[in-house]
Amino acid sequence: MAEQRTMTINMGPQHPSTHGVLRLVLELDGEIVVRCTPHIGYLHTGMEKIAESKRYQQVIPITDRMDYLAPLSNNLAYVLAVEKLLGIEAPPRAQVIRVMLTELTRIGSHLVWLGTHAIDIGAMSVFLYAFREREAIVDMYEQVSGARMMSSYFRIGGLFADLPEGFERSVCAFIESFPDRLAEYEDLLTRNPIWIERTRGVGVIKSEDAIDLGLSGPNLRACGIPWDVRKSNPYSGYEQFHFEMSRGTHGDVYDRYLCRIFEMRQSVAIVRQALECLPEGPIAVADPKLTPPPKPMIKQSMEALIHHFLLWSEGFTVPAGEVYQSIESPRGEYGVYLVSDGSNKPYRIHFRTPSFVNLESLSKMAEGRLMADLVAIIGSIDIVLGEVDR
Amino acid sequence: MDHVKGEEENLTVLQLRERFPEATLSTRSFRNETTILIRPGDIIRICRFLKEDPSLLYDFLSDLTAVDRFDDHPRFEVVYHLYSLQYKWRIRLKVQIEETEAVPSVASVWGTANWHEREVFDMFGIRFEGHPDLRRILMPEDWEGCPLRKDYPVQASPKWWEEGAAGG
Repeated sequence: MAEQRTMTINMGPQHPSTHGVLRLVLELDGEIVVRCTPHIGYLHTGMEKIAESKRYQQVIPITDRMDYLAPLSNNLAYVLAVEKLLGIEAPPRAQVIRVMLTELTRIGSHLVWLGTHAIDIGAMSVFLYAFREREAIVDMYEQVSGARMMSSYFRIGGLFADLPEGFERSVCAFIESFPDRLAEYEDLLTRNPIWIERTRGVGVIKSEDAIDLGLSGPNLRACGIPWDVRKSNPYSGYEQFHFEMSRGTHGDVYDRYLCRIFEMRQSVAIVRQALECLPEGPIAVADPKLTPPPKPMIKQSMEALIHHFLLWSEGFTVPAGEVYQSIESPRGEYGVYLVSDGSNKPYRIHFRTPSFVNLESLSKMAEGRLMADLVAIIGSIDIVLGEVDR
Repeated sequence: MDHVKGEEENLTVLQLRERFPEATLSTRSFRNETTILIRPGDIIRICRFLKEDPSLLYDFLSDLTAVDRFDDHPRFEVVYHLYSLQYKWRIRLKVQIEETEAVPSVASVWGTANWHEREVFDMFGIRFEGHPDLRRILMPEDWEGCPLRKDYPVQASPKWWEEGAAGG
């Protein structure tokens, strides 16, 4: 009789609340989740393997396709890793632009999270508003790179191009209007009794467990652990910017929500500072082995033509060695472990993607809870399956 | 350029050399990052020490992965990236093993190692002794071969796919 108490059901991979193609095998006792076993890999495309056969510049577009809601964060982690191996640093203007764009990316990513998470729990209208605001950010990607999602705007040693005419105006307009819009979302959710009922005390994880399971980003900070790579191990000049770290106390779905809302406000502050202190100057290192010559130069200078040809046919070599570079992506610690054998292609590259690691704690959060809470918990971890499976 | 930065990394290396002289095989510093090569059998002991020692507290396992040094012996390197939330230090541990050997699992030290080790098993075929649930994680259960090994082609189709194409 005992073995008939529980029922095993399959949730996903084609399930709208799993945010992609996540499959969960659930063992249920009535409506209580007794065991939750995630099955992943449905989006596995062998990105790490492909990267081993690409030249260093050609890996940048691959990184876009992992966390496709935060393409510029992935670009940043990768180019910083290669720059570390090369022992170079991007010029100040490029660094500030990088910071500005990755913070806009963070806002955009959190907006998608907010919209989809809210719709999962039943708050339909937030979704429409969040996507309206995200549109402005996607338009900015288009302005700088020509692509709305897979921007590949950052290059090894700098940027693909300088900011276009009118870009700063778009950013200004956005950061002027966004805080008020954010307050409107908070009006809809933060004190909404249904929202609180569905999220407070749900999916709780203790801080010791969170560290043990490698949780990072807003998920970890919601447990009250103040760790943000931008603060603890600053990169790309983050130490010059003033912002506060989000911090929760209960480690539940509601605190993760509050942390991300708080982070969006802080990102606006960082973008504002970046706009104010945006220095003039070059946007890429002056090394012709790394940075392609300006197009008109190719027609005038023999050397420029040679550099251009070599850069696109052979790329550049990188000193042998290994580095680990991590950044604070919207989802947590995004790390790139890069091994070079001194050739023009990475010998091995591993992406420590926060979604993959964060998803591991789903079972811990969901077991013993109601099946209906599972949807809220998945939403609150904020996974991107492209990044989980790579 | 390539020197050990600050005293903290030195401290980790010194502590390890003092506590485990026979297990700490070599240390290397590159771009301000320290790598310590560990004897495979001692990895659990050392990880536990690094995690719990109050002067180090490497309580966060950032990443665990492997590298296939195809032409070298030993062939595989398993790489651990540890982070100390308290002191904000990073350290890289490495063990080297042959194709036929297994590495002790650190899943008992950090829960997060569970999935990382499954991924390494899936992609490289490296076995982790004492792992609670060593199954493939990204590839299908019946997949043949280990995709991230250097002798695995970049473009490969599973056998059933090839057969299906040949048989029409």
